[in-house]
Amino acid sequence: MNNSDLAQILIRAVEEADSSDRLLDAVQELAAAGIEESVPTLIAALGYNNPGAAVAAVDGLIAIGEAAVPSLLELIDDYNYSARAWAIRALAGIGDVRALDTLLEAAKTDFSLSVRRAAARGLGTLRWHQLPPDKVESVQTQVLEALLLISQDPEWVVRYAAVTSLETLAIAIATTLPDQASRITNQLQQILDKDADLGVRTRVKFAQQKIQQPQHQEVFAPKIKLEDADVSEVPYRGGGRR
Amino acid sequence: MNSSPQKFEDLSSTGNSGDGESLTVEQAIANLESADLGLRFYAAWWLGRFRISETAAVTGLIKALEDEADRTPEGGYPLRRNAARALGKLGDRQAVSPLIACLDCSDFYVREAAAQSLEMLGDPVCVPVLINLLQVGLQGEQLISKQPDLSQPYEAILEALGTLRANEFTHLVKPFLEHPIELVQYAAARAMYQLTQEPVYGERLVQALAGEKLQLRRAVLADLGAIGYLPAADAIAETLAENSLKLISLKGLLEHQVNHTVTSTLSDGAMKVMNLMDSLL
Repeated sequence: MNNSDLAQILIRAVEEADSSDRLLDAVQELAAAGIEESVPTLIAALGYNNPGAAVAAVDGLIAIGEAAVPSLLELIDDYNYSARAWAIRALAGIGDVRALDTLLEAAKTDFSLSVRRAAARGLGTLRWHQLPPDKVESVQTQVLEALLLISQDPEWVVRYAAVTSLETLAIAIATTLPDQASRITNQLQQILDKDADLGVRTRVKFAQQKIQQPQHQEVFAPKIKLEDADVSEVPYRGGGRR
Repeated sequence: MNSSPQKFEDLSSTGNSGDGESLTVEQAIANLESADLGLRFYAAWWLGRFRISETAAVTGLIKALEDEADRTPEGGYPLRRNAARALGKLGDRQAVSPLIACLDCSDFYVREAAAQSLEMLGDPVCVPVLINLLQVGLQGEQLISKQPDLSQPYEAILEALGTLRANEFTHLVKPFLEHPIELVQYAAARAMYQLTQEPVYGERLVQALAGEKLQLRRAVLADLGAIGYLPAADAIAETLAENSLKLISLKGLLEHQVNHTVTSTLSDGAMKVMNLMDSLL
């Protein structure tokens, strides 16, 4: 059986699932197959109001990667904001720079905090090496400005996500824009001194700790494999979180 | 409760929450005495929602706990319920005694709101009265035989007793682990963990994360966050529920770690929890 036949069978299983458990299993199998043809079906699964199926679909879309990006970008305009949040998570996991404008827009202005949260996270997981070298500085500056703004969001979880991205950005610009690095360290210190939320302040401490570690030269290397302990320093790739 | 994850978002402050903006503090306080019962009911909710802890607000809400005008056909007291809920959010200890009086109210939902707010206010002076209410469901140290017993808001009472560290009453909390209603079992497990710190009760909640019903898993996420049970971290991240709720639950674990670490360095537990949280954003 070739991939296309397999995809058809697995897609039919998703379409015919008549319980939330069956749907979850079917989406998991389809996602695990990692076949490009399944992108529309996986995207549809983001909107079924079934968190397990959505997580599985996000993992599958991240595994498919760049080929899924155009369809995901189209979905962002969708009316269903729960699906939109999952789509943003998939884009964040893929880290494709084509999603930059969508992520900036969503992180700054979306009314749904789960969308803002996922977009803020996505701004820190972009794969800078995809950009032409002469673009890197201007885009990083743009992302930096956005994150400084987003780190003042009224919602703790959005600020928390912004801190995780300020951390990865600080590590990335240490080599490209060293004169901007102090803007991040100052902002983190501000949050640590002033933020009302203990969780956010604790995440800042963690970020400061990680920024000070010297072994961060590989941010530009594509798809590096890090130990689990460092998992938060690479683009989130699903990791089977349920 | 068939709400989408976004229902939880509606409860969060985004600074532009619709019609609430049209009220001023003075107006809301004045509206507690309005001839329009709808305006009273809304004002009580609004004062809690926006944490208006001015003396006049607290005084007005305490007065509303004795309201007789607003009644449902079944004899419930909608304004008292809202006033009781609001007073828990305002953190003013003046409300403790009037809320204890509400534990005698004929309306179940007033009793429930009062227990929840007494838990928030954190003054153990209410423990004996909560225990009296809990004992309605007990014959000695066993559940009464007529089950399921829905006569009292046991869930709220048990959670309050755990938070208020009513350690000398552990033997009266324990029987509720066997209550036929799962939410009551979880509340008992949560309280037992807080009262004894024995992992067996935390594990009981971890097991419940694998349960069939989404709404029960959501409740357990809240319970685990409340008790800060660190060994649940992976199970929380893996359970089938909305990420928003998992993040709130894990934040409870994280804050518990930080509050119980003497030094300012991050514990391994805190770092583990943050890595899980990062992966759920």
